[in-house]
Amino acid sequence: MFAAIEQHFRHLAPAVDFCSMRVVRAHHEALTVRRDVVQPVRRSEDLGAMVTVHDGGGLGYAATPDLSSAGLRRAVDQARDWARATAGHALVQLDYLDREPRLGEYRRPVRQPWSSVSLEDKLDLLRRECARLSIDQAIVEWQAGLWHSEIETLYLTTEGGRVSQHFESLLPVLSATAHRQGETQTRSFGRGAHFRQGGLEILTATGFYEAAPTIARQVLELLAAPNCPTGTLDLLLAPDQMILQIHESIGHPLELDRILGDERNFAGTSFVTPAMFGTYRYGSDLLTITFDPGRSEQIASYGFDDEGRPATREYLIKEGILLRPIGGSVSEARSGLPGVANARACNWNRPPIDRMANLNLEPGASSFAALVKAVERGVYMETNCSWSIDDSRNKFQFGCEWARLIEDGELTTVVKNPNYRGISAEFWRGLTGVGDAQTFQVLGVANCGKGEPNQVIRVGHATPPCLFRDVAVFGGE
Amino acid sequence: MQDYFHTIATTLTGLLRGKEVFTCAFSGEETDFVRFNHGQVRQAGHVMQRCITLDLIDGCRHTSAELTLSGDLEVDRPRLLTLVEDLRELRTHVPEDPYLRYATEIRSSERLFPNRLPAGTEMAARVWEAGQGKDLVGIHASGAMHVGFANSLGQRNWLTRHSFNLDWSLYLRTDKAVKARYAGFEWDTAALAGRMAAASEQLEALDRPARTLRPGRYRVYLTPMAVDEIMELLGWNGFGLRAQRTGVSSLLRMIEDDVRLHPALTITENTADGVAPDFQEAGFLRPAQVTLIENGSYRDCLVAPRSAAEYEVPDNGAEEGEAPLSLDVAPGNLAAGQILSSLDTGLYVGNLWYLNWSDRNAARLTGMTRFATFWVENGCLRAPVNVMRFDDTLYRLLGERLLGLTTERELLLDPGSYGGRSSRSARLPGMLVDEVNFTL
Repeated sequence: MFAAIEQHFRHLAPAVDFCSMRVVRAHHEALTVRRDVVQPVRRSEDLGAMVTVHDGGGLGYAATPDLSSAGLRRAVDQARDWARATAGHALVQLDYLDREPRLGEYRRPVRQPWSSVSLEDKLDLLRRECARLSIDQAIVEWQAGLWHSEIETLYLTTEGGRVSQHFESLLPVLSATAHRQGETQTRSFGRGAHFRQGGLEILTATGFYEAAPTIARQVLELLAAPNCPTGTLDLLLAPDQMILQIHESIGHPLELDRILGDERNFAGTSFVTPAMFGTYRYGSDLLTITFDPGRSEQIASYGFDDEGRPATREYLIKEGILLRPIGGSVSEARSGLPGVANARACNWNRPPIDRMANLNLEPGASSFAALVKAVERGVYMETNCSWSIDDSRNKFQFGCEWARLIEDGELTTVVKNPNYRGISAEFWRGLTGVGDAQTFQVLGVANCGKGEPNQVIRVGHATPPCLFRDVAVFGGE
Repeated sequence: MQDYFHTIATTLTGLLRGKEVFTCAFSGEETDFVRFNHGQVRQAGHVMQRCITLDLIDGCRHTSAELTLSGDLEVDRPRLLTLVEDLRELRTHVPEDPYLRYATEIRSSERLFPNRLPAGTEMAARVWEAGQGKDLVGIHASGAMHVGFANSLGQRNWLTRHSFNLDWSLYLRTDKAVKARYAGFEWDTAALAGRMAAASEQLEALDRPARTLRPGRYRVYLTPMAVDEIMELLGWNGFGLRAQRTGVSSLLRMIEDDVRLHPALTITENTADGVAPDFQEAGFLRPAQVTLIENGSYRDCLVAPRSAAEYEVPDNGAEEGEAPLSLDVAPGNLAAGQILSSLDTGLYVGNLWYLNWSDRNAARLTGMTRFATFWVENGCLRAPVNVMRFDDTLYRLLGERLLGLTTERELLLDPGSYGGRSSRSARLPGMLVDEVNFTL
């Protein structure tokens, strides 16, 4: 099908300064067993294209699901009309953008394809795992699910550029909610964090088959647990909370379009300014953050971004010093700062903007036991359940599903409603322990929202557990 | 698009076998999006999309799929045939669904609102003219939105609206800005100029040295836009039957312990006065109003057809998420001219941002102030305030510490566009609240 669409595009050859087309085809299937009842199987088939035109100093796009020759012609005309209408009013100087035609393909091998297991067997698996969550009458809501996606993209330019990419991914879900006497607690399988590229082999790699009994036991523990204490304490964060900490207080502030002001009306701005790159101490010496599109199992690995730029691994923060923002070719040209290949769109109906892709905190030297042992009085928290941060990504407050006190170097009492708050610009300087490669987990966020018009996109974060000193920690009412 | 959707429905009817039934929900739009930054155009373009959600049913077994339509029947007909065959085959592998429920009483409807909008390029030109010399940032979205429903029993529902939604901010410097919105169904350049002038006037008030407040309790006035943030969070599992029955409702203590909010507070899902369709994706119609909170007491909840089947109660036309689409908070007695004098000394909060639960059982929420927030003394704006985090419970904010609701309300049309343009709206008053807890 893409061959015919490509031929239509090549024949269009509009008389404009630059024209590109991005075709996206997506197939999704969601299977869920909730309270031991198989929910309706949901599939989706999506196909459409976005045409982008630069002409006479203006820019325009048009998105359409009509991929016939006539449909694409209409889209080109609409994009060109917008380019003409915005000429003289465009924020971006288009003549200095890199239009070098890129050629390439990206496809990650899948070891156990989704189609290699029958629907009945997949539903049987979910029934089994769902039933293992319901171990007590206090558990009032429980579910197991799998969300599989297969996405193909083709990016073409009038200069001869051609990039085709294929992505297959799986999100396993488990959760249990317990309720007793006015108290409700929920525990989950990373709350959607085990989102990876690949096939059914992900279930083994993420520990899906072993997770249900622990989730069920822990949610019941929470019902009987005391509230998390209030105070300034040491805080050890598990990887499935670290991903939110990295995402909200490093990833978003480093987005170059935020720094340039594009998001000020919606997602917000950033406390980071262009002058900080190269000198600003973002965190302690233990903090090293990479933009890493090359870890193939991670959810946002790719060969090229949605403007055809080849993706390479780059240090954003090294040993605590801020080095590089996350901005695609357009933001790079606007700011004069070196960026990364991160111009990404959530689908064919939205234009690319600066997004996180895989943003990873590199492992350190401490075992998990050593991190715990280093704490005299603190809290260990797992799995994000609440997130809030100011529009410049500084003052944050996060909550977790489950926590344990750390007393004299030992994990002790389970506590409920664990929360903590801080300020990004100070928090990372209190990083005093980073887990080693054995503790490093490859995780992701399925629903990062940003952009006008709005876009939700997949973002990867890989991280070990990390220890922070003197954090404001508190519990529920 | 309506004719095309009816053709699709007829095509689907012809593909049925035996006792098969289908339901088919449609959503489509033709939208011009213009994104601004620093008063210039960052991105501009047109998005046309149309999608169906087909549920193919035989007895108590069914399977469903979303399909993007090209709009060309020669292309879409074979896709529909493949889709129906796939769903039929898939259905043989799934068990009966005990909670399947779809409309069997035929209740067709049609609402086609005329297009009174100028071209998208013309409206965009008026925006950049109005923003001349200003640091304007935001989004203008305009065009047609279509929602439809059809089933093989013969029910047909349709809604077409042509609307615009300009959601923008004017910036003074760093994070000192005024947020404004101009949305509706008839464009008026003079009205835009008026709102731009009002925002500019407020911007001047931000050009004073900002004050940083210490954590503590402050009296607060929340504008309708700030109240909308609270109501949107409350709508996330606050009012749905399923959330109520599984104990995850943020209003759990109202439901289980009869805790009450302030008696001045009445909250309604007011479909009759909103802009969302009055039918949902399984073909059920929504009542004109569902009273959710009445004089401070929990009353009814939103019930989707699946929840209705599971918990054996009547549905009221809610979508699967059981969140309000047309929320209405009843007005109070606080006149617009008395807001600052009633606040006396405290915070005038233009907008809130990034709300979330810090203890859902206790309905305790946290969030940030954003945009135009001012310190007020003796009823006069004194200084802009640097952003502050609050953390407090709804039972206090909307209960014992609620001092008043404004007599005037604003109809806020949601500028959201995740996947497609939102049809959520809210009609809200401002709120005066005592001793709100600020923490950081």
